[in-house]
Amino acid sequence: MKPLLTAGGSLLGLILLASSTYTVAETEQVIITQFGEPIGDAVTEPGLHFKAPFIHRVTRFDQRWLPWDGDANQITTRDKKFIWVDTYARWRIADPLLFFQSVRDERGAQSRLDDIIDGETRNAVAIYDLIEIVRITNREFEITEDLVSFATEEVVGDIEHGRNAITRSILEKASEVTPSFGIELVDVRIKRLNYVEEVRAKVYERMISERQRIAERSRSEGQGRAAEVRGQRERELKSIESEAFRQAEEIRGRADAEASRIYAQAYQRDADFYRFMKSLDTYRTALDDGVTLVIGSDSEFLDFLNRSR
Amino acid sequence: MAFQDGSPGNGPFAPFGGGNSGRPDLEALLTRFAGVSKQTVLGVGGLIVALILFFTSVYQVEPDEAGVVTRFGRYSRVTDPGLHFVIPFIESVTKVPVERQLKEEFGFRTVDPGVRTVYDDRDFLGESLMLTGDLNVAVVEWIVQFKVQDPRAYLFNVRDIRSTFRDMSEAAMRDVVGDHSVDEVLTVGRERIAARAKDLLQEINDRYQTGISIQQLVLQDVNPPDSVKPSFNEVNEAIQEKERLTNEALAEYNQAIPRARGDAQRLIQEAEGYAAERVNRARGEASRFEAVYTEYRNAPRVTRARMYLETISEVMPRLGQKVIVDESGANVLPLLNLNGARGAPGARPSGSPSGGAAPNPGAGNRERDR
Repeated sequence: MKPLLTAGGSLLGLILLASSTYTVAETEQVIITQFGEPIGDAVTEPGLHFKAPFIHRVTRFDQRWLPWDGDANQITTRDKKFIWVDTYARWRIADPLLFFQSVRDERGAQSRLDDIIDGETRNAVAIYDLIEIVRITNREFEITEDLVSFATEEVVGDIEHGRNAITRSILEKASEVTPSFGIELVDVRIKRLNYVEEVRAKVYERMISERQRIAERSRSEGQGRAAEVRGQRERELKSIESEAFRQAEEIRGRADAEASRIYAQAYQRDADFYRFMKSLDTYRTALDDGVTLVIGSDSEFLDFLNRSR
Repeated sequence: MAFQDGSPGNGPFAPFGGGNSGRPDLEALLTRFAGVSKQTVLGVGGLIVALILFFTSVYQVEPDEAGVVTRFGRYSRVTDPGLHFVIPFIESVTKVPVERQLKEEFGFRTVDPGVRTVYDDRDFLGESLMLTGDLNVAVVEWIVQFKVQDPRAYLFNVRDIRSTFRDMSEAAMRDVVGDHSVDEVLTVGRERIAARAKDLLQEINDRYQTGISIQQLVLQDVNPPDSVKPSFNEVNEAIQEKERLTNEALAEYNQAIPRARGDAQRLIQEAEGYAAERVNRARGEASRFEAVYTEYRNAPRVTRARMYLETISEVMPRLGQKVIVDESGANVLPLLNLNGARGAPGARPSGSPSGGAAPNPGAGNRERDR
């Protein structure tokens, strides 16, 4: 019977040991309760810990950053734009004891966070224009030559706050409340932002008409440019042609004048002889076998013919 | 489908802390062996225990992984690839793929990567539809490639790290796209948007201490919403048309102007030719005249007569009909037909007996003017 006793004893010892120790993982924090009443501070240090067996119970909480993802809220901005805003947040259990007492568990916490963050999001978004929620900075858009945007009309107003300031204010406002649940809100961000469906259709229409305007202008720019090039071509053609004509006429005129001067200079030495010589040249070239010559018998040419008779 | 690294159970997002499962086994074994007295059974039992101890204490870290070891839940060490031991039931290990490049897709899902990658047919407009800085709407799809740089931070700081990471990525991308115009998002700004979103995402990761290092953020398809697409295409077409119209006009210009320049040159050259000819002729004729004139001055009468007669003798034979008219009419020879001057005068009378002489018998007075 002895071995049985030793076995029973060691089993009992083991159960006692198991009941008086507990481990805390890196991701956990723990509170100890005695008959439902919390004992001492929360245990956040990971590793092996001891407690009173059987009467002390271990309640574990997560120590990590925990997710919160709200439903999208339909909110109207100050400038009456209807949008869906979808925020997310990360939070951690900063005071497990308080957390345990006020919301019991994470499910409770999530529903509280729903109320708080959704509410603060609505409040914050509703007091700003849409553009403040969309943009972060006042950086100027880069505008390509082809697509000079017409849309900017609506956006000309500079933003004063920007999305980051708005999310920060949501975080600050919500953080005023959450510590009373032992929760530390570490970050709130706008995850998605969208027009509600009816508005979206209108926005698409606007985008379409805007693009059509750009296309129209681009086309007419093309036509204008083509006409301009054609006009330039006509002008240059005319200019080239007339310039050439002018130069040619000038050259001809100069040559005519030069020739005239040369002739005059030579021929004026004896105009009579010139006439005589030129006439003879003309006879040579102008008279041929198609010509019938009628000569008077008293002409100089026939002088001797007559006289000899 | 999110992280393409297979083994979803042991994946990076598996909940931490599965190492305590061995303890009930041990207790069960001990209680069972306590009731048995036979030595051989004890020996076999001891062997089984030893084997169990061995297999629960040894583990292998793959080349692209790191093993994070905790003792009683507390972080102990990070082990490199290879075979390692843990103290059974006291220590446990979680493997994290630190060398592997992990990927998250936004706005689309790869179903089956391969030579012809298959994508999910659904659209994920919830993820990809976003407002641009000019209050237009764009559909932006992108991927993020990242590595786990600090496995300890990756495991212990944030719960549900994948959804956290996706939330961060979406928020970061919308922040950046919200600061760009739709034209920038669709065309010129793509690279800058990707770079800024990457920086911002890294910043948020550092703040959340996720231990993640962003390798790359790449914009995939970026489009206008479907119903707006045709009008964007129309703009592209219009731009093409603009270019085409301009190019056509320029082509016409390039065709016409050089030819016109050539024509102009031809005109001018012709004029130059004319000028040269005109002047040279004038010079030549003047020179000739002067040469002849010089000689003429020496003996005017003789020269004049000679020139006259020379011309006559040269011209006369070429002429067709020659008619000599006597002024007085009473002369013996009222008509002299010189037609056959070269040969015999009577050789051709039959051809034209009265020839051209007959028509103008009384026209003789004409020549008197001279």
